[in-house]
Amino acid sequence: MAVITFREALRQAIDEEMTRDESVILLGEEVGQYNGAYKVSQGLLDKYGDRRVIDTPISEEGFTGMGIGAALVGLRPIVEWMTFNFSFMAFDQILSNASKTRYMSGGQFTCPVVFRGPNGPAEYLSAQHSQALQSFYAHVPGLKVVAPSTPFDGKGLLKAAIRDDNPVMFLESELAYAWKGEVPEEEYVLPIGVADVKRPGSDVTIVGFGKPMKVILEAAEELERQGVKAEAIDLRTIRPLDENAVYESVRKTNRCVIVDEAWPFASVGSHVGWLVSKNCFDSLDAPVEVVSAEEVPMPYNHRLELASQPSVEKVIEAAKRVLYA
Amino acid sequence: MAEKVLMLALSPTMEEGTIIKWLKKEGDAVKIGDVLCEVETDKASMDYESSQGGILLKIAVAEGGGAKVGEPIAIIGKKGEDISGLLAGPGRTAGPAASSAAVGAPGPAAAAVKVRETESGANGGAPGTSVRVKSSPLARVLAEQAGIDLARIQGTGPAGRVVKRDVESASASSVQAPSSQAGLRSESVPVSGKRKVIAERLSQSMFSAPHYYVRLAVQADGLLRARSALNARREKKVSINAFLMKFAAEAIKRYPMVNSSWQGASIQLFGAADIGLAVAQPDGLITPVVRDCGSKGLLQIDAELSGLIERALANKLKPEEYGGATFTISNLGSFGIDEFTAVINPPGSAILAVGSIKKEPVVGPDDRIEARTLMRLTLSCDHRVIDGALGANFLKYLGDIIEEPVRILY
Repeated sequence: MAVITFREALRQAIDEEMTRDESVILLGEEVGQYNGAYKVSQGLLDKYGDRRVIDTPISEEGFTGMGIGAALVGLRPIVEWMTFNFSFMAFDQILSNASKTRYMSGGQFTCPVVFRGPNGPAEYLSAQHSQALQSFYAHVPGLKVVAPSTPFDGKGLLKAAIRDDNPVMFLESELAYAWKGEVPEEEYVLPIGVADVKRPGSDVTIVGFGKPMKVILEAAEELERQGVKAEAIDLRTIRPLDENAVYESVRKTNRCVIVDEAWPFASVGSHVGWLVSKNCFDSLDAPVEVVSAEEVPMPYNHRLELASQPSVEKVIEAAKRVLYA
Repeated sequence: MAEKVLMLALSPTMEEGTIIKWLKKEGDAVKIGDVLCEVETDKASMDYESSQGGILLKIAVAEGGGAKVGEPIAIIGKKGEDISGLLAGPGRTAGPAASSAAVGAPGPAAAAVKVRETESGANGGAPGTSVRVKSSPLARVLAEQAGIDLARIQGTGPAGRVVKRDVESASASSVQAPSSQAGLRSESVPVSGKRKVIAERLSQSMFSAPHYYVRLAVQADGLLRARSALNARREKKVSINAFLMKFAAEAIKRYPMVNSSWQGASIQLFGAADIGLAVAQPDGLITPVVRDCGSKGLLQIDAELSGLIERALANKLKPEEYGGATFTISNLGSFGIDEFTAVINPPGSAILAVGSIKKEPVVGPDDRIEARTLMRLTLSCDHRVIDGALGANFLKYLGDIIEEPVRILY
């Protein structure tokens, strides 16, 4: 199997879908001539031309709305935001139009649009450009929210997102674009809404999604050295949430730690924590732990920047708390 | 939040402690590990170290006063916290008498606890559960399944929370055979609800029903042949116990008085052979009952029996699945026991004790010693109902069927 980067896996997904279906278009800042701010759209302008790979002005509300409008009348646009930090310029388009039109038109319109780009902190980007914003989008019925953690999942899920008739928020990570992983040569599509056990274990369940899965897996390895078998569940999709995969694991391990790099208040992590507490109550031997970002705007100071995010140490500590170890 | 400070078992056998001296006053700050008071146990006087930090808001048991293990002796919390809820005990159901008594000084607080105990007793609650025990949801489920009272378990989680490992170690130390690495130790093990029922029923049976025993060694070859012939064509093997149940039901048809119960003024003959099988559980035993074995085929009996045994081992039998056996079988053959006598399981009047099947030397018809496959049966009978001749005839006929199963067709 070929080992490729996350950005290449995403590029392949877009490329394959644009070849397969000519209603698929890509638009956003720098997606064409510059080949993408993070080079995800490398070579696509040359291959598909400027009618399908469209460079837009710096105007998120405008080109997001354009993507939604195009979706309502039959295209399958992929809207790239340079980062999710800028998506709030277009929040009303997403909230009022993308997520509602299928419902409010009684199904007369579908809105098959994908909004994608890096989400969450990278490094040295300070408070406004380091935000993990999944909680905002996970909150909204009518949106699907996908957050893959490997090149394999990224490619399979992006293809599914492009084919989906609903608006899909596709959360990538700046630091993960260079991560490498095995991706098969032959075509595949992964279902949205299905979690994946990234590492089986019996002693404690650690749930996450997106970039923090790397932290979780490193923590699980260290825990293994200390004699604790952690099961790592990658949600892969935040909405719809594969609740049963989490419950099944927690009912086996009796302990649950959730890792979410967003702020904890009203977050995906706190919501999953509530679901587990409610649905696995009699199986829990300890309160559910949530490892999240600290409740501060991201500090620019690098030590503080790292200290305010979930870390291997924090995950191990939380696992030990639920293990009473 | 304010929390009660409970009397702890400061020695392994301590059930009650007396406060000799309080080293902290109401209003004092208390750190975890501070000595709150001196407690006289059944053996010695000990320092009571606080597992909670905060302000000592209330001393509930004055110097010289006593408290049972698990009863509150004080309340620790934040300064100025409202502790009337804690003092009032169980709340809504406590009634005005209990809560007004509870607000008073030392003595009455203990009285409030007593009120609660009476209530839980009246509700049929197990003794000791009247005090709220901090525990994880999983620990509560596990303790219930194991029949262990949570209040009797020393919690090792935060603030004494009883967690899974505590229930597991409690159930291991209270029910399992001593493990090889553990030495002997003196210990008073609390009686679980199940153990209590077993003790009461079997004492009542043994001390009120005059038991006598008839024994018979039967050749098991006929039974084993019939079983292997049947099992050869089946994926799921029919058990020996299913055969014994079926055969016992057939013998009961010939001797129905065996299937009866002494009622004092009358003898109740039962219209169906509801046969129980004693099943060992980690924390006791239970006799699931296959109803009306006389009118059921072997395969049906076996199917029902294996389902019942599975549920018995998982502690999931419903009362109607284990009550009212009119005849019982107890088989210790798989434990390698040659023969034994069993205590009659009421309301039945007889129980069949079955030993292991093994080869033994037997004097054959022409006085030659032969190796035969024997199974030793002992029938315990309630003499009030089953006289010796009846017991003997029944067991002999049952033995004949075991030796020659085709007899049930006669």
